[in-house]
Amino acid sequence: MAAMNTPAPPARAVPPGELRADDRTDGPARGNSPVPVPAPASAPPARQGRGARRPGIWRGAVLALAGVYFLGPLLASFVFTVHVPGRGITFEAYGELLSADGFTESLLLSLGLAAATIALSLLLAVPALVAVRIGSPRLRPVVEVMCMLPLVVPPIALVTGITTVLRWGPEHLSRTPLYQTFIAVQNEKFPVVLVLAYTVLALPFVYRSLDAGMRAVDVPTLAEAARSCGASWPYVVLRVLLPNLRASLAGAAFLTLALVLGEFTIASLLGFRPFAVWIVSISGAQARMSVAVSILSLLITWLLLIALSRAGTAPATAAAAPATPSRKES
Amino acid sequence: MSTSDSRAAGGTSRRRRGPRTWLAALPLLVFTGLCFGIPLGAMAFGAVTRTDRASGATRLTGEHLARSLQGPYLGSLVGSVQLSALTALVGGVLGVVIAQAVVTSRSKGLRSAALTASGVLANFGGVPLAFAFIATVGISGVVTQLADLGSLGWSLYSFTGLTVVYLYFLIPLMVLVIAPALDGLRPQWREAAQSSGATGWQFWRHVGLPVLAPSLLGGFVLLFGTAFAAHATAAALVGGSVPLVTLKIADALSGNVLTGQENVALALGLDMILIAGLVMAVYLPLQRRSARWLR
Repeated sequence: MAAMNTPAPPARAVPPGELRADDRTDGPARGNSPVPVPAPASAPPARQGRGARRPGIWRGAVLALAGVYFLGPLLASFVFTVHVPGRGITFEAYGELLSADGFTESLLLSLGLAAATIALSLLLAVPALVAVRIGSPRLRPVVEVMCMLPLVVPPIALVTGITTVLRWGPEHLSRTPLYQTFIAVQNEKFPVVLVLAYTVLALPFVYRSLDAGMRAVDVPTLAEAARSCGASWPYVVLRVLLPNLRASLAGAAFLTLALVLGEFTIASLLGFRPFAVWIVSISGAQARMSVAVSILSLLITWLLLIALSRAGTAPATAAAAPATPSRKES
Repeated sequence: MSTSDSRAAGGTSRRRRGPRTWLAALPLLVFTGLCFGIPLGAMAFGAVTRTDRASGATRLTGEHLARSLQGPYLGSLVGSVQLSALTALVGGVLGVVIAQAVVTSRSKGLRSAALTASGVLANFGGVPLAFAFIATVGISGVVTQLADLGSLGWSLYSFTGLTVVYLYFLIPLMVLVIAPALDGLRPQWREAAQSSGATGWQFWRHVGLPVLAPSLLGGFVLLFGTAFAAHATAAALVGGSVPLVTLKIADALSGNVLTGQENVALALGLDMILIAGLVMAVYLPLQRRSARWLR
């Protein structure tokens, strides 16, 4: 999903908590605002009254229309899944899901791919970002560009490259040990090639999330403090830095999970059948069920992302408190 | 170089740490080089070369790129650009209107709910979105049946239909991008304009829009890039009835066309990256510029 619409900034690009709450009162509305704004004495009261009514009306209309547009399809799809013309209300479409052919396999495959992608992307990104913060600031632009570049490349363009590379296996390498690697990477049961591709797609989101987290906790000072107390480097990273980055690690993991669960382009073109591909494959024969699964997967993704935006606002308070290593360890 | 100064001043611990931290970044760089660089390189290479099956000789050719800019392929590129431009424009305008309604509202609950919802919806596209719309305004969709849209000439599986679907994730994206910029419009500026006798229109014409311009343009470009790269929604929705470059590439890759077209798919991929790169090259400086007003 997010992958298909590539450059979407992650949900936490604008955590509600970070928006300025102080000076956003509209001019005409300021009379009733709890925020004391010095009102110019010259403004005639009659004009203020008129101004305050009009924005109220257009704001209500705009928000109502937006509500209809954004909630309508969700309600309608739910009605579509439970209302069978001529037979009334039935929840069959949801009940049959679990026994549906391929449902469990594809869901498990997607979850497995997501777990592997999260592990790989964090294992790659965390050490690199910590290193860039602490000891090699000159590498920083390189790491940043490497992580953000996948945003410029649409997933479908990446797939064309991947299929080309995968064709090299049978064509050029069949007599070398590398050939076995090419076969193993494309194993039906667990296609490692998808994990590699998804990790590339997830890197921009993982980078942004971790970078924002590290900006909030002053990594060099924490590391210096822990080092001067005699902590070893692994101890510093595992017991001092990572606990402080919990929220942004969770954010990165959630975004990656949502991305992998919804990914369709790469998997379908490489011929694998994780969750999103499975939904499309059943849509012809079982339209009702495909819509039911869509609603469910939407709900799950949304719950994940809402949980993420909650987690994203939490560290603001955590980071505000002076985070000393000794306190975090206790 | 600042690091050499600090090494001289900072003693031995820094000197020991330098090379080791450098090593920690290596796996990431190697990984992106292998799993991102090689496929892209292979794509670019395949787009400009032709390999003779019999002799195995490879030679440079502009043929694939030329073909990707002709006939139905050119049509698909143009179709994608048109759809992206239209959806970005409409989504941008509607996004600004909604964001303004939310930002000027006095209710904190509405504000945080709207921004959270935008964050969630902007990350939502692909297959489930397509099916939600099929169930709503598709041929046998709920709203289609209720309002008898079919007799009005409505079709979801068309350019217009795709526009309506794309707006579902583009508008929230615009709200996310533009809300901080709208917050940056200080009420004092409007008061200053009002007390010097400016009308609402004059305020927007001479103060509001110039300040917002970089953010607006940046948002438009971001929306364009997002719509341009989208594939899953269109694939699940229209199949092949609307000419889009992502659908053409998918067709060529899955062998739905004559053999030997794979290289044209690679060339189309290259075209897409060039367009997307151009878009990003416009977006990033704009984003940096608009950040100036948001302090």
